[in-house]
Amino acid sequence: MHIPDGFVDLKTAVFTGVISAGSLAAAIYKVKRYFKTKVIALMGVMSALIFALQMINFSIPGGTSGHLLGGALAAIILGPHAGAIVIAVVLIVQAFVFMDGGVTALGANIFNMAIIGVYGSYFIFWLIRKISKSKVNFFISTAVASWLSVIAASFFAALELGISGTYAMGVTLKAMVLVHMIIGIGEAIITVAVIVFINKVRPDLILTGEGSFE
Amino acid sequence: MTERKNYTFVLVGIIAALTIAMFISVFASSFPDGLEKVAENLGFIGNSREIVPESFFLIPDYTFRAVGSELWQVSLAGMSGVLIILAFFGIIYLIYKAVNKKR
Repeated sequence: MHIPDGFVDLKTAVFTGVISAGSLAAAIYKVKRYFKTKVIALMGVMSALIFALQMINFSIPGGTSGHLLGGALAAIILGPHAGAIVIAVVLIVQAFVFMDGGVTALGANIFNMAIIGVYGSYFIFWLIRKISKSKVNFFISTAVASWLSVIAASFFAALELGISGTYAMGVTLKAMVLVHMIIGIGEAIITVAVIVFINKVRPDLILTGEGSFE
Repeated sequence: MTERKNYTFVLVGIIAALTIAMFISVFASSFPDGLEKVAENLGFIGNSREIVPESFFLIPDYTFRAVGSELWQVSLAGMSGVLIILAFFGIIYLIYKAVNKKR
């Protein structure tokens, strides 16, 4: 759901840009506390992997496609601060090298996918994880958090389009959320698959420590 | 955690990313994504503007123009993206190591 140039107006672009820049600055400040070579290496690998996975559009009924956003994946493996930076790097490279997502809409795209998509999914993950620290609940939390993160990101994208006056707010919200409720299932499947794999071969790479169970 | 084990996951991760970006990407669905579809249905897809000229972008629309074959255009675009991102974090890694050695 990379918003192209022309979909968001100046005030929305500036407002989301300022919030995104501020959030990323805070994320960088937080990450510096536990920065070490292993964290940087894992951030690089995750960023490259999420970029690659974002290229894989899967078809959903109705002649539409979706692709992984990776917010929940990054958040659960790296923690929300490093996760937000990783997704933001992917979005910046896509906007400036690949013309994917508008340059003026970059603030909005970072806000939706790197801030809401990462911190939002981590919050949901953390909330469901409170119920039980079991392995099953780990995967349930992962699935629900990744599904909801896509819906939340699409909700905010629609909100920005509505505020920009691109189209009527209510109609856009409903249309965006409905289609992303289906795309989010793809997100949940891919995220759970990747996390099950990493949890099996290298649980120590789940830096949030959630890969160890009681 | 030994250094060697860290090299393993970096290597495996890079190979996985390159494989997905270069070889699986060519099978990706070409249907419009959720936002594009909504924009088409509601009729505001035409609002999309080229504010920055296409010539500014190195690889616009994931199309590596230097080669003719459509499959290789996507493959090489994917490879370039993965390498650009790895280079970015590689530089941060080297800076971090250099700064910490001095201390």
